[in-house]
Order: sequence, then C-alpha cells, then structure tokens
Amino acid sequence: MDSFLGINPVALFGQLLVGLINGSFYALLSLGLAIIFGLLRIINFAQGALYMVGAFFAWLGLQHLGINYWLALIVVPVSVGFIGILIERILIRPISNEDHLYGLLLTYGVALVLQGIFTHLFGSSGLPYSIPETLQGGANLGFMYLPTYRAWIIVISLLVCGSTWWVIEKTKLGAYLRAGTENSRILQGFGVNVPLMITLTFGFGVALAGFAGVLAAPIYSVSPDMGANILIVVFAIVVIGGMGSIGGAILTGLLMGIIEGLTKYFYPEASTTVIFLVMVLVLLFKPAGLFGKEL
Amino acid sequence: MMTQFFQSRLFLLAALVLALIIPWLVYPVLLMKILCFGLFAAAFNLLIGYAGMLSFGHAAFLSTGGYMTGYVMSEYGLTTELGILIGTAASALLGFVFGKLSVKREGIYFAMVTLALAQLVFFLYVQAPFTGGENGLQGIPRGKLFGVVDLSNNMVMYYFVLAVFLAGYWFIHRTIHSPFGHVLKAIRENEPRAISLGYNVRHYKLMVFIISATLSGLAGSTKALVFQLESLTDAHWHMSGEVVLMTLLGGMGTVFGPLVGASVIIGIQNLFSGGELGSYIHIIMGVIFIVCVLLFRNGIVGELNKVLKNNF
Amino acid sequence: MILKQTVVASAMALALGANAVWAEGISDGKVRIGVMADMGGTYADVCGKGCVTAVEMAVKDFGGKVLDKPIEVISADDQNKPDVGSAIVSEWVAKEKIDAVGGVVASSVGLAISKVLTEAKKPLLIAAAGSTAFTTKACSPFTAHWTYDVAALANGTVNPLVAAGKKKWFFITADYEFGKALETVATDVIKKHGAEVVGGVKVPLSTTDFSSYILQAQSSGADAIAFANAGKDFINSLKAAHEFGLDKQATMVGLVVFASEVQAIDPAVIANMRLTTAFYGDMDDKTKEWAKRYKEVFGKTPGMSQAGAYSATMHYLNAVKAAGTDEGTAVMAKMKEIKPDDFFARNAVLRSDGRMVHDMYQVRVKKADERKNEDDIFEIEKTLSGDQVFLPMVETCDFAKK
Repeated sequence: MDSFLGINPVALFGQLLVGLINGSFYALLSLGLAIIFGLLRIINFAQGALYMVGAFFAWLGLQHLGINYWLALIVVPVSVGFIGILIERILIRPISNEDHLYGLLLTYGVALVLQGIFTHLFGSSGLPYSIPETLQGGANLGFMYLPTYRAWIIVISLLVCGSTWWVIEKTKLGAYLRAGTENSRILQGFGVNVPLMITLTFGFGVALAGFAGVLAAPIYSVSPDMGANILIVVFAIVVIGGMGSIGGAILTGLLMGIIEGLTKYFYPEASTTVIFLVMVLVLLFKPAGLFGKEL
Repeated sequence: MMTQFFQSRLFLLAALVLALIIPWLVYPVLLMKILCFGLFAAAFNLLIGYAGMLSFGHAAFLSTGGYMTGYVMSEYGLTTELGILIGTAASALLGFVFGKLSVKREGIYFAMVTLALAQLVFFLYVQAPFTGGENGLQGIPRGKLFGVVDLSNNMVMYYFVLAVFLAGYWFIHRTIHSPFGHVLKAIRENEPRAISLGYNVRHYKLMVFIISATLSGLAGSTKALVFQLESLTDAHWHMSGEVVLMTLLGGMGTVFGPLVGASVIIGIQNLFSGGELGSYIHIIMGVIFIVCVLLFRNGIVGELNKVLKNNF
Repeated sequence: MILKQTVVASAMALALGANAVWAEGISDGKVRIGVMADMGGTYADVCGKGCVTAVEMAVKDFGGKVLDKPIEVISADDQNKPDVGSAIVSEWVAKEKIDAVGGVVASSVGLAISKVLTEAKKPLLIAAAGSTAFTTKACSPFTAHWTYDVAALANGTVNPLVAAGKKKWFFITADYEFGKALETVATDVIKKHGAEVVGGVKVPLSTTDFSSYILQAQSSGADAIAFANAGKDFINSLKAAHEFGLDKQATMVGLVVFASEVQAIDPAVIANMRLTTAFYGDMDDKTKEWAKRYKEVFGKTPGMSQAGAYSATMHYLNAVKAAGTDEGTAVMAKMKEIKPDDFFARNAVLRSDGRMVHDMYQVRVKKADERKNEDDIFEIEKTLSGDQVFLPMVETCDFAKK
C-alpha cells in the first residue's frame, strides 16, 4: 500500500499527528475563551494579547530574573492571571450590566493597548527563546521525526484541558460555576459570592492564555503581534464548538487542528481560511455549534 | 425644539456651506477619505443602529466595490459613473448572498457568520490574480464623469465625492424615515412582537442588509477612485473592526454619528502617521476604545444630543 | 457658476505649476526630505525610526544646509499599507512641497509611492523595499533603488550553494506577491546553474505553525530548503525546521534576511547559515566608525536598510549641490552622473534605470561561542561585485540608456 489516490499514507499520518499537536494548542486557547464566555457572556478579545504577554513574560523571566522554563510554566500564568483580574475589576466590572457587545469592544481596546506597549518596548522583530534542554531532541517514529517538545505540548495541553473539564463538570466548584452561567442571581441568593467567582474565573481563563504563551515561546517567534492572528482562529473554534461549551471547545480545538493540518497538505494556500468555511457551514446547519445548546 | 438641533434646517445649511468651502482650508484628499469612510460607517450604522444587527464582515463590501470599480476602470477605461455603478452593483449582489445566509441568525451568531463569509471573500482576493495581491490594484484612472468632467484634479474630485456622499446620506435618511424604516425599528425593539404583527422579519432584515452592503460598496468604489488604488487592507477583518469603532465613537443610531466618528478616527490616524508618534497609534486607539466603552457609550453625537436635550 | 470658474482656475494653476520645471535654485527656500517608514508594524526594525535617524544623520553630516538653504526632514508611518503610504506622499507633494522621499520598506507601499512621485517628478530613494519591479515593470526615471533587491540577495546566496553541489531545492514560499516574486527569481538562478526545484508550498501570510510544511519538505528529498518569506514567517519556519531536524538533512537557505531577524533567532537555530547582505557594521574601519556613531544616536546597531538610507540621502544632497537646484529631473541626472562613494556604496554606480549597483557581501552567521557581543553576528566570507549579483537592465524601461 504505497499510495492511495496519489496520497502517501505515511506522509498523511505525519500530517495528522502534526495537526493534532496544533489542535491541542488550539484547545488550550479556546478553553480559556469558552470559560470566560460561559460565565461572563463576554467574548474576551484580549485573550490573544494576553497569550502574547505570557510569551514575553517567559522571555523576561529567563533574561532578567533567572526564572527557567519550568518555573515560568507556573509563575507566568499566575502573573498573567493577575493582570486578568485587574482588567476584570477595573474595566469589565463597570459595564457588566450593559450589552455584551461592549465587553467585546472593550477587550478589543485592551488588546490594542497591550500590543502597542510591547511593540514600543521590545520592537517588532521578536525575541529568541530556546527549548529547555530536557525537552530537546526527538524520536523517529518511522513515519516521521517527532520532536520531544511537540510531544510534550500534546501531553501537557491535554492534561490541563482534561483536568479543567473535570473540575467544571464533575466537582462542586464546577457546579457553582455552571449554576452561575445559568442564573447568577439565584446563586447569589444561595450565599455564593458571585462577583468573586466571576473575577477568579476571568483570571483563570486568562491564565490559560498565559500558559499557552509560555508553551509557545520556544517554538514560535515571541513578538507583539503573535496573538492577534491566532485570536480570530481560536474565536472561530469556540463558535464552532458551541459558545460556552467547555468540552465542545476542547474537542473542536483538536478537530480543527486536524482539519487545518489536512488542508496544509492538500491545499496549503487555504489553510488559514478553512476554519471559516467550517464555521459558515456549522452555523448554517447547526446554529448552536457542534456541541452547544440553543441559547 | 432643540432636541432636533442636528436635524434643523439652520444646522444642515451651515454644514452644507462648510462642506462646500472646506476644501480650500483642508487638504481635499483627507476630506474625501473622511467622506468615503463616513458613508461606509453610515451604511454600517443603518444595520446596527436601526436594525440592531452587528455585522463583522463589512470589509467584504467595501473591498468588493473598490476592486470591481478599480478593475473595470483600469481594464476598459469606462466613464466614472459606470465604473462606480458596476462596483456598487457587485457589492449589492454580494450583500444578497451574505444576507441570504446570515439573516436567519441573531446576535453574536449573525456577527460570526458575516465574519466568516468575509474571511472567505478575503481569501478569494488574496488568490485572484487581478487584485495584485498585497501590492493591490494600482494606478486606477479616475476617468471622466459622464465622459465630460475630468476628475483627475483633487478639487473637482472632492465635489464629486461630496455629491456621492450626500446622495448616499439622503438615501439612508429616506430609508430610516420610510414605513420600511419604522418596521426595522420595531424589529430592533421587539422582534417577536413584530413577527406577531404579521411582518416577515427575515425579509425586512435581508432588505436592509442589502441596502447597507450596496452603500458600503458605493463608499468602496468611490474610495478606490479617490486614492486610485485598492488593496487588501480594505478586505481584512481589521477594516470590519474599524468601522465598528467609527460608528461606536460617533454614536450608534444617530444620523451624524458615523461621519463624526470617521472624522475623528481618520483625523487621529493622520495626526499620528506623521513622525515619531507612529508607534503610539495602537495604544491611543486602544485607549479611545476603552474610554468610549466605559464613559461615552452613546458616542460623541449621542452624548451631545443628551446634553442638548437636558439643557434646553 | 462662480464656484465652477474657481475650480477651473485652480485646476489650471495646478497644471501650470506642474509644467514649470527646470527652475534654478532651491524651490521655496528649503530642501525637504520625507522619510516613509513602518513605525510600529512588522517591519519597524527593518526600516522604522532607525531609517529616520539615518537620514537625519546624513543631513547633519552634510552640514544641515545645501546651497545655503536649510534641509528639513519630515517622516511618516505608512503602516505597511499602500493606500496609507500613497495618500501621505500625495499630501507631502501638495502641501509640504516635498523634494524627495527616502526610507520605504514594504514593496507594495513603494510601488504606490513611486506612482505619485513619478507624476510629481520627485526622486524616490528606496532604502529597504526589495522588489525587482522598481527596475523592471514599474521602473521610473525618478526612482533610485539603493540598498538591495531580492534578485541580488537570491543570486548572492543561491549561486555558491548550487556550485557547492546543492542540486535539489524545495521552496517554502509566502503566498503573497512578495514571496511568489522571490521564488521566481531564485528558481531562475537555480535552473540557470543546472539544479532543479523538486517541490514547494505556498503558505498563507502570518501562519504561525510551519511543522506541516517542514514535513512536506522532509519527504521531498531536497538537499536545500529555500525560505521565500520574511520577518516573522521566516523566523517561525526556521525554528520549526530546526526542531524537526530538517536542518540536519538539508541546507537552510534564507533568501531575504535582515540582521535584526538574525538577532531574534536562537544562535543554535541559525548558526552557519549563509546569507547575502549589503552592509555589515563590523566589517572595517569605515563601517565601524559610522555604525558606532549611529548606535550612539539611536541605541541599536544599524542594519543594511539604515546604512542605505544614510548613503542614499548623502548622495542625493551631493547631487543637489552639484546640480545647483532641487528640481527632480536635474537632481536625478546628477545622481546618475556622479558615482556614489562612501562606507556603504563601494564600487558603486546608480544605473540609468535607477538600480544602484554596488558591492554586496556573502556572510556566515556566527555560532553562539564565536560571538563577542550581541551585535557580533556575521563573518564576511566573500565580497560579491555588483555586476555578479544585480540583474542586468531590461528593455522595458525606455527612459534608461545603456
């Protein structure tokens, strides 16, 4: 079985795996967006910018504070999450009763400011960040060479996504969150501090972006506009998965990674467009998204 | 009485006089840019401000008007009005397709469908050979209006663009104040009620979407002729975001808001494009967004209207 | 009626103004140079504020005055958008009475500006844009394409590799005019020397993950991978190639690489890559002297765009002085008559089609342990004479005389 329809199955297998790696990355980013949307009903346009901030923090930590990659995986999400908490408290809280459209516009503004500040401070051509020593190298799988770092991305992303899903769907804390999504007033009536919960949820969703930023630093160019392009793809993934659906965001992230990977093989020019084609089709035939409930 | 200040004859007359003499005071190309974007934002405002539909794909209509007009003007050397007509018609057609696919959806889903469709159009323009990729269509001739008036002079062009702008604005004004416009408002305020009153809501939404797309195309066609250039900038989703910013800043659902918003945004861009301030432009724009959302949600014109209403 | 007459009158005045050429001396008592650059976007480090600084340095070194009239530098941000760039330059011509435009980084912006300036008969001194269109299908008697073009870089970089036995090439190309043009030029060089192109992919602009394309390159069996992209796309694709071990099985070839990008990549990833550049600050005493002064003013080491911007401005001012006027046609004639000669322009001539032909350098990127400081990135292996690397004149530019 050398080839089927002129397709080399071995090469195709490699493409599928690479697609899955990208997909796990998308899953991580869209998960953060979905969590925030679920509770606040706000589309956080600053998610991409905070992902960028995460990558820059990793670089800054390594250069100036002696924080290595492993430490950065913990320190950076926490500090990015803290920035998120400030954003929520100072900017988003005052407009929480307005049309949700304003939340989108506000966070779009925040994204512009963050991107502008980092361009101003660090220039636009990007900064170098090496793969940590223990994750260098790779293994030959026969059909392709798999760098250790990419394998690490799949494992850690799925781990983080999976445990987040478990916490939200299976624990008491998660039950509160889901109740807050349905009706925050009643939940408040039960004595739950809903505003605090909203703040922490926003912080956590944003911290996921910071985490993804640290993961990205060694393999992608650390530059101020690295988040702007990935954002609208991730955004589309959340919509396709069904807005607010946690599991939907994760599964769709993986699925879109694979679809994109296949497009890169068969028709590379369209690889950044294919997700939008899927989005049109899904919204036409299944308006609430693949895994969403009709709102 | 004063609440109607911006609609009053006196104000309109003064604005018209200003529009006629201003090209002697301000660089006309800048003014033409403001007029084109003012019309674009007004077309967008017709959707969001009067029908409550947030489109995130209006860049597709602006660029389609520009590319089609640019192409036929460069290739066939048509007269100006024919070139603009073709570009506008192309946008109207695209508006029909977009509208057919999107008006069934509401709120954020409507925005997403329009965004996704606009991304497909963007892809088309990146791939199509006639658009010239990132270099764009360059050196588009402005042509002769009705085969007589040569528009290559900027002052002459300004009055032509002003005429196009006024015609577009007049059309929007008529649409809003027609029975059709009242139904739109009814739909925006309470859609189920409009349906129960027997209105075919989707039909109305589709109509207003096509009108908005057509006028956006008109703005794009005219803009392509002003700059004699059409590029992917106009098709990119950032442009769809920019028109939201203009409308929001000026005041959604107000007649003059889009024009004011376009003037301020383009004015700022113009101010900051000069010299060392360039790297601050993102920060400034972002801050405007934030301040607008936090403090002036009604936009400049909306807030002015409120002040006038309270004080007189 | 009155209005119409005024319009006609002003139109006529403008038309007359445009025809009143060959006026002696300096128009309106000043020489104004506009610098068009990307102040905050993707190419800001290639030719942004640094280009403005370089032009200002040239003006200062020239003495701040030419023919006893002051020289003024103004600048603007084109955001890499052709419509923005051409609108600003139109305004400069109409309102600021600009005499020449320098800088220019995105070729799309440059092509749009060139149209405006050709009509206005004002010189365009391109410091950083690389398209060969400026001296082929979009050539203009008012363009001086100064620093480099993609053909020169492709020639300088690809030639020695083909000669050294790289016979099978694979392209990773940005799916834009820029990338496609670069691929065409490089393919010509490859085929001319008897090597072949075994495959390629067109990658949409601002793709972040290149691993899929790297796999395709791997399975193509190519022994040289040409990156027909720039900036972040180049950085991301090279990083992925290193990660997947593609650089162990084939040679990585960056076609358009600026020093600022080399500094943005981990030395382990880019070490030993062969590149072509028009300038390297650490080359000899003359370049060191200038690079040091530039760094004192600007804070960062200059790359070839900044050096080119300085050199082009200096030559322009010399030509204004020699011509005794800032009128565009006369200045361009002088610029082509006098040979440019400074730390940047060596064995140089501004050809009548507007191509500045000068020495280029083949360099090797140093490894981490070879670098003495963060600016110590290249080792110059060979000087390439201009005739070797720049394309010969084409027939289409009818104003150019051989």
